[in-house]
Amino acid sequence: MGAFEPRTARAEIAVAGARGVTAEVLSTQPRKEVIRNAVFAAILFLALALALAGLGLLIGKNVVDGHSRLNLDLITNNNSSDPLHAGLRNAIVGTLWIIAFVLLFLIPLGVGAAIFLEEYGSRGSRFTRMIDLNVQNLAGVPSIIYGLLGLEFVARAPLNLGYVVLAASLTLTLLVLPVVILASREAIRAVPDSIREGSMALGATKWQTIRRQVLPASIAGIATGVTLATSRAIGETAPLIPLGAATFLTFVPSGPGSEFTAMPVTIFNWVKQPQPEFQTLAAAGIVLLIALLVALNSFAIWLRNRYEQRW
Amino acid sequence: MEARDLAASSPIAALPRRLEAASPRYGEKVIFGLLAACAGLSVLTTTAIVISLIVPTVQFFGDVPIGDFLFGTDWGPTFTPPTFGVLPIVVGTLSVTFWALLFAIPIGLGSAIYLSEYASRRVRKTVKPILEILAGIPTVAFGFFALVFITPQLDKIWPDHFLGGPPLIFNVLAGGLAIGLMIVPVIASISDDAMSAVPSGLREGAYALGTTRAKVATRVVFPAAFSGIVASIILGLSRAIGETMVVLIAVGSTPNLTLSPVESVQAMTAFIGTTATGDIPTGSTIYKTIFAVALLLFGMTLLMNMLSVRLVRRFREVYE
Repeated sequence: MGAFEPRTARAEIAVAGARGVTAEVLSTQPRKEVIRNAVFAAILFLALALALAGLGLLIGKNVVDGHSRLNLDLITNNNSSDPLHAGLRNAIVGTLWIIAFVLLFLIPLGVGAAIFLEEYGSRGSRFTRMIDLNVQNLAGVPSIIYGLLGLEFVARAPLNLGYVVLAASLTLTLLVLPVVILASREAIRAVPDSIREGSMALGATKWQTIRRQVLPASIAGIATGVTLATSRAIGETAPLIPLGAATFLTFVPSGPGSEFTAMPVTIFNWVKQPQPEFQTLAAAGIVLLIALLVALNSFAIWLRNRYEQRW
Repeated sequence: MEARDLAASSPIAALPRRLEAASPRYGEKVIFGLLAACAGLSVLTTTAIVISLIVPTVQFFGDVPIGDFLFGTDWGPTFTPPTFGVLPIVVGTLSVTFWALLFAIPIGLGSAIYLSEYASRRVRKTVKPILEILAGIPTVAFGFFALVFITPQLDKIWPDHFLGGPPLIFNVLAGGLAIGLMIVPVIASISDDAMSAVPSGLREGAYALGTTRAKVATRVVFPAAFSGIVASIILGLSRAIGETMVVLIAVGSTPNLTLSPVESVQAMTAFIGTTATGDIPTGSTIYKTIFAVALLLFGMTLLMNMLSVRLVRRFREVYE
C-alpha cells in the first residue's frame, strides 16, 4: 500500500474507476440475480426481526399491563383471594425451598452421571451407549409426564411423600437432570487427555485425577449447565400440577415436608381467575418471573463465554 | 506361574513384580460404584416413567376396549355416561402443533440462515445469546400472551366468517401461534449451529464459481446442514406436542373433533393438566384414563426424539 501514498484526488478517481470496470467485466452475476439476492436477504432479516419483535412484544405487553402492580407489595404480600392484596411472597419462599432441594440432588447426580459416562464408561460399550440414548430421550419427554411420574412414584406409593415440597423437588430434579448431564459431559470432554495423562504419570489415582484436574478444568461448563437447569426448574408449571399445585395456597411453605406452591403455579392460578385485577397481577408476576429467568440465563451464557477455555 | 518363577530366580526379585498400587484402593471402587449408580439413575427414571404409565394403562384397557379408545370420535371421560374415544384430543394436539410449526419453521429457519450466512460477526454474537436467553421465558407467560394479546388481535383482523370466524376466546390458532413463537428460538439456534458447522470450504468453492450469497445459502449450506435442520424441527415439534401450559390457558378444554383454527379444542396435555390435579382417586377409571392418554403422548414424542437423535448423530459424523 505504501507505494501508492500519498494519493491525489485524481489517483483516487482512477483507482475507483479501474475497480468498477474490473468488477463489471469479471462479474458473472446478472442484475436479476443481484436483486433476487437482496430480496432474499430482506426476507431473512424480516424473519429474524419478527421473531425478536414477537418475544419483545410478549415482555412489553406484560410490563405495560402489570406495571401498576410492580412494586414491593408484590414480593412482600402473601397470596390472597383479594386481588388487591395478593402477592407472591409465599410462592417465592416455596420456589426457594423447592430449588434448594433440586440443587441438592441435581448437582451430585448430574455431575456424577456425566463423570461416569465420560471418564469410566468405555466409549461404545453397551451400557454407556444405552445410558447415552436414554439421557437424550429423557430430555425430550413432555414435562407433564414427569408430573405424572411424580404423582405415581413420589407423592403416592412407593415413596409416598405426599404433595409436599420434597416431592416437587424430586420431580423437577428428574426433569432437568438431562440438561446438567449433557452440559457437564460436553465440559468434561473438552478437557484434553494430556492433562489426565500428566496427572496419572505423577502417580495420581483415577479419582484424584478427576477431582483435582478434570473437574476444576470443566467447572465453568458444569456451572453453566446447572444454572440453565435451575432456570428451567423455576419456570416449569406443568409437572407440578399433578402434584396438587393447582390449589390456591395462601400460607408460607416452611420446609421440605410442607405443602408447596411456586411462582409459576401461583401466576397460573391468577391467570385463571375472572377478576381483571388478578389479570393485572398475573402480568406483574410474569414480569418478575421473566426478569429472574432472564437474569439466570444471562449469567449462564456470560459464564460460558467468559470461561470458555481453548486448549 | 512361570512368570513368577522366573522373577524369583532373577536378581531383581526384591522389587515388586508389576507396577501396581500399594493398597487395594477400595475408595476408588466405591467411587466407581457411586458414579455408575448416578448414571444408572437415568435408566431407572425411564423405567419408572414407562412402568408408571403402562400399569394403569393396562388396567384401563380392562375397562375400555382398546379399539374404542384409539378410534372413537367421542371424548368425554368425565361425562355420564363416559365416552373414551381419544381422536378428538389427538386431533386437537395435532392442529395446535400444525399452526405452531407453520409459524415457527419459516421464521426459525429464516432467522437461522440470516444469522449463519448474512449477519456480521458482531450481529451474530449479539443476537444468538439473546435468542438463547429468550428461550428461558416460562411457558405460562406464552399462554397468558396468547389469551390476552394474540386472541384479541386475531379477533380484530379476522375477516367475518372466514374459516368459521370470528375466533372464540379460547381458540386453536392463538395457542398455536404462541407455541410457535416459543419454539422459534429452539429451531433458529439449533439450525444455526448446524449451518455454521458446514465447512467454509464448501461456501468458498461456490463463491469462486461466481454464485450469489442466496444460492450459496439455499443450494450449498442448507442441503449440507439438512439433517441438523430437520432435527431442530423435530425437536420443536416434540416441544409443541408436549406443551401443556399454553393449551391449558389459551386453547381451552372442549373436546371438539374439528380442524377449525378459530374454535376451542382440548389437547392431550390439556386433558391431563385439567384432570390430574392431585385429588383424583387412585384406581378410578378416570385416573387410569389420564395415564392411557399420557402413554400415547409419550409414545409420540419418543418416536420423534429417536428420529432426531439419529439425524443429529449423522450430521455430527459428517463434519467433526
